[in-house]
Amino acid sequence: MTTRIVELRKGVLKKNDELAHELRSRFEDAGLLVLNLVSSPGTGKTAFLERTLRELRAAGARPAALVGDLETDNDARRLAASGAPVRQINTHGRCHLEAEMIGQHLEGWNLADFDTLFIENVGNLVCPSSYDLGEAVRVALLSVTEGEDKPLKYPTIFNSADIAVITKIDLAAACEFDLGLARKNLHEVRPGITILETSSKTGEGFDAWHSLLESLRAGHPSLHAAHT
Amino acid sequence: MHELSIIQSVVSTVTEAMSARPERILRVRLLVGALSGVVEGALQFGYEIATDGTPLAGSKLEVVSLPVVIYCKHCEALREMEGVQSFRCPVCGTPSGDIRQGRELEIESVEIEEAA
Ligand SMILES: Nc1nc2c(ncn2[C@@H]2O[C@H](COP(=O)(O)OP(=O)(O)O)[C@@H](O)[C@H]2O)c(=O)[nH]1
Ligand SMILES: [Mg+2]
Ligand SMILES: [Zn+2]
Repeated sequence: MTTRIVELRKGVLKKNDELAHELRSRFEDAGLLVLNLVSSPGTGKTAFLERTLRELRAAGARPAALVGDLETDNDARRLAASGAPVRQINTHGRCHLEAEMIGQHLEGWNLADFDTLFIENVGNLVCPSSYDLGEAVRVALLSVTEGEDKPLKYPTIFNSADIAVITKIDLAAACEFDLGLARKNLHEVRPGITILETSSKTGEGFDAWHSLLESLRAGHPSLHAAHT
Repeated sequence: MHELSIIQSVVSTVTEAMSARPERILRVRLLVGALSGVVEGALQFGYEIATDGTPLAGSKLEVVSLPVVIYCKHCEALREMEGVQSFRCPVCGTPSGDIRQGRELEIESVEIEEAA
């Protein structure tokens, strides 16, 4: 039997990448800053966004959010209490959001009505790293209850992030969390990453977060495009 | 675990690309970067089931693992990394976020049976 090799050179996630690329152009045209938030389940993504949306609204900004979960719309209801437009994406078993789901859930929204769109990804530190959602900024969160070595255990996702947020900082002392070590590990897997320390309970660190959001809205249209 | 959906998109991409060719597909060569977020074992595990009943049925999946390559500004050179836990130049120790290889998830080629 003779055989022959046929070159294909095709990206496996090409379809997702193309859709993400279209979304990114739409977001940029609308002047909308889009952030994709990834973490383990329970890290505090929803709590972080609840406070973020509430404070942004109080300051006169126009945020919106999409929130991905396997099932239920509990998180969307928590976020909608801020008064911001929020939509739930149920993935029914899928462990990550894909660009197509984002496109579908934007239907009927006028993007120009918003200045910032937050996308809470499905709680998972592995799969979301492969799927570009057209975001300008990827934010990876880790809580002080998860251990300082989380970035070393899941380097792929932390490497793909532009910003790291250490959450539940109000519990740091009780957990004997070593912030210096956590920062060192983050810089090891993603040299130069911007790191914030926050508590959604006390509000600590949110001033720095809001200034960062402001500078992102003013400047860098797409930190994340450089990665894809 | 999203390896099954990755395999499904390998199947649909290859099926589409090869739709005009009648030859039997023997092997699919996949390039998998160390930062692609995909694990070889899990890909192999689902391959037989996912290809069943498709033009790829009976073919082998060959996974070519690609290490991360960074550009070190200090050495002005490309450097291959041993793992994905540290992004420092193995020669001079300078950290680098300038990644030149390692995110690939690509169907490189397909081996087919030549028509007699
Ligand atoms: N003490 C404290 N608890 C928090 C904080 N943020 C979240 N939590 C708690 O952690 C749990 C999971 O939070 P949630 O926002 O649902 O996490 P998600 O799965 O990442 O969206 C909830 O019980 C929250 O009340 C925080 O900053 N401090
Ligand atoms: Mg949540
Ligand atoms: Zn060097």
